[in-house]
Amino acid sequence: MTAVAPTVARSGNVAGRVSRSVSHYALPVFTVIAIAYLLIPIVVMIIFSFNDYQGKFNFIWSGFTLKAWEDPLAWPGLPDALRISLTVAALSTVVATILGTMIGLAITRYRFRGRGVINGLIFLPMASPEIVLGASLLTLFINIGLKNGVLPPGLTLLPKGSLALGFTTILIAHIMFNISYVVVTVKARLAGFDRRLEEAAMDLGANEWTTFWRVTFPLIFPGVMAAALLAFSLSIDDFVITNFVSGTTNTFPIWVYGVIRNALPAQINVIGSVVFLAAVGFVAATTLRSGRAIRTH
Amino acid sequence: MTTASVAATPPGAWRRRLFALGPYLLLAPGLLWLVYFFIWPAVQMFLMSISSGTLDTGFRVTGTLKPYTDALTKFSTQWGNSLLYGAISTSLDFLIGFPVAYTIAFRGGRYKNLLLFLVIAPFFTSFLIRTISWQILLGDEGPVLAFLKHTIGVIPVDFSILYSPVAVIAGLTYNFLPFMILPLYVALEKIDIRTLEAAGDLYANAWQTFRRVTFPLALPGVFAGTILTFIPTMGDYVNAELLGSPKTRMIGNVIQGRFLQSTDYPTASALSFVLMAGILIAVLIYARALGTEQLTG
Repeated sequence: MTAVAPTVARSGNVAGRVSRSVSHYALPVFTVIAIAYLLIPIVVMIIFSFNDYQGKFNFIWSGFTLKAWEDPLAWPGLPDALRISLTVAALSTVVATILGTMIGLAITRYRFRGRGVINGLIFLPMASPEIVLGASLLTLFINIGLKNGVLPPGLTLLPKGSLALGFTTILIAHIMFNISYVVVTVKARLAGFDRRLEEAAMDLGANEWTTFWRVTFPLIFPGVMAAALLAFSLSIDDFVITNFVSGTTNTFPIWVYGVIRNALPAQINVIGSVVFLAAVGFVAATTLRSGRAIRTH
Repeated sequence: MTTASVAATPPGAWRRRLFALGPYLLLAPGLLWLVYFFIWPAVQMFLMSISSGTLDTGFRVTGTLKPYTDALTKFSTQWGNSLLYGAISTSLDFLIGFPVAYTIAFRGGRYKNLLLFLVIAPFFTSFLIRTISWQILLGDEGPVLAFLKHTIGVIPVDFSILYSPVAVIAGLTYNFLPFMILPLYVALEKIDIRTLEAAGDLYANAWQTFRRVTFPLALPGVFAGTILTFIPTMGDYVNAELLGSPKTRMIGNVIQGRFLQSTDYPTASALSFVLMAGILIAVLIYARALGTEQLTG
């Protein structure tokens, strides 16, 4: 008896120790590998921006050079595409942030009929595959643009031929898909909002207008900024929807998609790297600053 | 009398009246945008899907069902590819994503924010450029295969991954992995660690605790993560285009080609509608099966 009991105890211990050490080491190791998997393409992108490739395609490593970094815009159509991307992103961010914040405020502050329908309307664009959003917008724009025999007349609500595919249609599409994301982000910020702060302002004689600009808005401002950042990055990266509604106008992703049929210039990697490093730098800076703000409180 | 009462209206009253109109004024611009550029295009696409005609003769709503019979019968390979690749890459994302989310949520410690940042880091580069990086990585003479072929010599020289279903699935799995990890993390992070300890106190072993406590509590994240990866995967055409061959075409490639190259708008619209309806039905069945209806609300 006495001989058996310790054995059982020890084997139980061994099994326990094995399973514990598996979960102790295996999970972190697995996580590190998975994160490496996520980062490898970014590393490849940055490394290959320094590639001294032969021919037109930057596919095979053949030595270090700074050529592409010295001339990052040296490819026909690239500067225009970048300018259009930045303009569309800036304009769609401003419009979508304003419209989305207004919706977010209305949904969280007021009780009214039809909230379910409105929430559904906000949610649906995010739940639809991008290709369906792009395709249906293209159908609308085609119907506005075509001169003959499109569907029952008057369906487009706009005069025929008044909207050609190009900058305007890209902007319309980007505002459309950004609104929902802004609403969701602002709503999340408003969820923890203490309404008594506004009541206090009103008790102290401020009217709604003053209360909004002096109390409410400063409090929700971080949420609005987060929403704007999200909208900007979604817009500047969008390919699928833009590809449907861009006509012959090129944004940066559309330009990349067109050019890689015939060549793969390292300039693509350079611009990708610049955007990546700028975004990382921005996030790091804001994190450090907010960290410091919390610590000084 | 009326003039007197108007005259007696204190200054700033119009503002109060504006605020009384409240939610509707805030909602109107954004919702109108969504109605006109999201709902309305969907209606137009539906009408297009029951129309006949060509771009030259114009399209008329004739109530024909031919686009739908074409959509359902002519593209069985591409529908099959979409379903197969979507199912495999969503499952892979879950198998990779769950341990990662679990580790970050329960073992992240002070590295939690850094790890989360690394998970979303891919979003700081363009989706297209990341996919191009996979082209470089998986190329026949790319870093991985060149190493295995020439340095170690474990695989034959004519071995190739790029332009195969494996490459497409790798790209899809990669591109949508963060969409799986983030909702899983949010759900796991909410779990009170004491419920897990309680399970241990009640003699549940590690596996039982996971299966009976952790996993059920994480179900809303599982639901959100799988639909957030499955939906974009089903609609994607960029991975199949850049990493695949004509044999690996997905339904997204057909929709894109019919809309942008062959201008067969009715069939393309029908395809989009079937895709959208299929996804909605699948999500509903899935929600019922997981029993998360009350959890997602």
